[in-house]
Amino acid sequence: MGYDPKNPMVGRITDLGPRYYGDFLPPVIKANKGTWLYHEIVEPGVLMHVAENGAKVFTIRCGSPRVATVNYIRDICDIADKHCDGFLRFTTRNNIEFMVDSKDKVEPLKATIKSYGSKFPIGGTGACVTNIVHTQGWLHCHTPATDASGPVKAVMDDLFEYFGSMQLPAQVRIALACCLNMCGAVHASDIAILGIHRKPPMIDHARVTGVCEIPLAIASCPLGAVKPFKAIVNGEEVKSVKVNAERCMFCGNCYTMCPAMPLADPEGDGIAILVGGKVSNSKSAPKFSKLVVPFLPNNTPRWPEVVACVRQILVAYAKDAKKYERIGEWAERIGWEKFFEKTNLPFTEKSIDDYRLAYDTWRTTTQFKYTSHTAAYTK
Amino acid sequence: MAKHETPLLDELEKGPWPSFVTDLKQQAATKPECWDILGQLELSYKERITHWKHGGIVGVFGYGGGIVGRYSDVPKLFPGVEHFHTVRIAQPSGLYYSTENLRSLMNLWEKYGSGVTNFHGSTGDMILLGTRTENLEPLFWDLTHDLKQDLGGSGSNLRTPACCLGNSRCEWSCYDTQEICNSLTQRYQDEIHRPAFPYKFKFKFSGCPNDCVAAIARSDFAVIGTWKDNIRIDQAAVQKYIAGDAEYPANAGAHKGGNWGKFDIQKEVIALCPTDCMWMEGGELKIDDTECTRCMHCINVMPRALRPGAEKGATICIGAKAPILDGAQFATMIIPFVEVDKENDFEAVVDVIEKVWDWWMEVGKNRERVGETMQRVGLPTFLSVMEIEPIPQHVKEPRSNPYVFWREEEVPGGWERDVVEFRKRHAA
Repeated sequence: MGYDPKNPMVGRITDLGPRYYGDFLPPVIKANKGTWLYHEIVEPGVLMHVAENGAKVFTIRCGSPRVATVNYIRDICDIADKHCDGFLRFTTRNNIEFMVDSKDKVEPLKATIKSYGSKFPIGGTGACVTNIVHTQGWLHCHTPATDASGPVKAVMDDLFEYFGSMQLPAQVRIALACCLNMCGAVHASDIAILGIHRKPPMIDHARVTGVCEIPLAIASCPLGAVKPFKAIVNGEEVKSVKVNAERCMFCGNCYTMCPAMPLADPEGDGIAILVGGKVSNSKSAPKFSKLVVPFLPNNTPRWPEVVACVRQILVAYAKDAKKYERIGEWAERIGWEKFFEKTNLPFTEKSIDDYRLAYDTWRTTTQFKYTSHTAAYTK
Repeated sequence: MAKHETPLLDELEKGPWPSFVTDLKQQAATKPECWDILGQLELSYKERITHWKHGGIVGVFGYGGGIVGRYSDVPKLFPGVEHFHTVRIAQPSGLYYSTENLRSLMNLWEKYGSGVTNFHGSTGDMILLGTRTENLEPLFWDLTHDLKQDLGGSGSNLRTPACCLGNSRCEWSCYDTQEICNSLTQRYQDEIHRPAFPYKFKFKFSGCPNDCVAAIARSDFAVIGTWKDNIRIDQAAVQKYIAGDAEYPANAGAHKGGNWGKFDIQKEVIALCPTDCMWMEGGELKIDDTECTRCMHCINVMPRALRPGAEKGATICIGAKAPILDGAQFATMIIPFVEVDKENDFEAVVDVIEKVWDWWMEVGKNRERVGETMQRVGLPTFLSVMEIEPIPQHVKEPRSNPYVFWREEEVPGGWERDVVEFRKRHAA
């Protein structure tokens, strides 16, 4: 018996929750859960974990585009059926992990993975650029200021050498969010690629009362830029809102609350680059990413300006940072003035905070470094 | 459905990273609506703007979350994506799957949807991307009856909790992240499916302070593994690292591709300790654990020599969120150490969760994350509501302004005074 539209509540099952994780563990994982002793990255993309009793699990990590079709998932199931007792897992950064219980099974598994051509690149371990966490973009989202899968593909193509190697000073976490809502939570990433708007919302006066709660639209603005307004539509006065454009910071929160206030625009929208965030508590405390490039255009289909900018930051960091230093730790050690000099990124007023808590970021000491930025004073 | 020309997207079939465009094109052979996905995306690439309408309220009976409505704004051009709703499926804790389950899900999605997914969404759910309204109930029926699984969260409710892989394959995990994640997800099914909160609320469980699931940055309620005794040291293994034994690569081999030279324990471990609490003495590595802040760096670098302590539990941090609207917040350290114990149904963690909810559901404003409510009322008020004694660990440093909100009962004689009596002694 399947779903019966005439009796939708008969036989209905709800609140099952997720499937129990214990049913999905590969045998070697199930047998040794909680008794792992140490691990080693044997080579890029291949991990070995050793349990107290000497049992080993070898994991091969592969990058994925995150957008995955039914065919694609069936391909990875075929690989796991052939080599991994019918089990696999994903990482929090959208990599796929295939696990086997002895070293002699690694090369045959790799051979099968490689038989798919470039579909499942092996890497994403250690001091590398691992997969980019990202959002939906134009593929599925209603508020994006850029695409997600396209810029990710273009950036990963360019940084591919860093995915399958471990030559950087530390791991570099790149993330992309296609608007300021940040479903991708890029606010604590080594390099954040963030879609931004630059035009205030348009007001579709004919639709405001039909689709919006006006008080909620007004309350949605953190800067009080949305005000009540009486508009004339077809000769009749209707309740609507207006926006004080000078106060608008282009966050898009009003559009989230009110569909009659669209703000996306081909010329207005683009990408900002933020750097130096981290989540781990290792050595230094978690840090927020900081805005270093305020705007790059949505130059489809491959976002060359974004790709070049990310590479520029990565190469300067790789050349100058000390072993174990994350990008943010490097920038703090050398000073942000040196960061701009070494990356050759122009410093603009847009990087100076003038929003909440801005004063915390202003320099209130005579300690600074002389760089090209101070040349006008020292010549 | 017609095949569309996609000259711009075709450029994304080049290069070494796997191409989602190639994948979608191949899928279009059996799921022709994939052509309309590509067609509409091509139009967005041409016009540099999205073609999805704002929102759309759809769902299954009895649930207020789990489905995100989506409609094309050019349905005549691309009828295959006229409705393109997202289905969020609650993921198994730790993201392990059997191929049997994945294949069943794919069969389901081939039958009822576009054939396109995300593994996974940002919060952790499996995402099935694109189906029609009339398919939602039949899909949900088969999902629950045949696959024995369920939708995840969306909207102002508890979002599907997520965890790192924990002690299933990691030696550093200080508690069983999968077990508590699964257990609390089951316990709070009502809160996940029926929105009753001021705004979204996320749990994330990380097994150690490396925080692989980004709990401190992304969750309203972050449970991060830690320990309360001493780092366990294997001195013989320390010597192997110092000697450069090939079986003992620094940082577990994470730097194998760089020319960093021979491992130097002084430079790479002792000098990088943020609290300066390590030194070599008589050929042994010493740690003053009373000074240690459990950052993980030394353990990360020498995993065969150093291990987290044996008395393990978790630190609870509350109130993280992305920047909308007043700026991003990390979660604030509220409870230094709790036991995470399955035997008592994770009582110590559950008590804190429910106390936070009781308060936030009362005082939280519409669309206010708990971290924002905490900011609005202040940390002292939050701690008092939570019946937690303030300790120096709650702050990075004491306040530098003197504007304390004294309470009347703290001041002898209270605040009621008689200005007439005052004037008898003090002429105006």
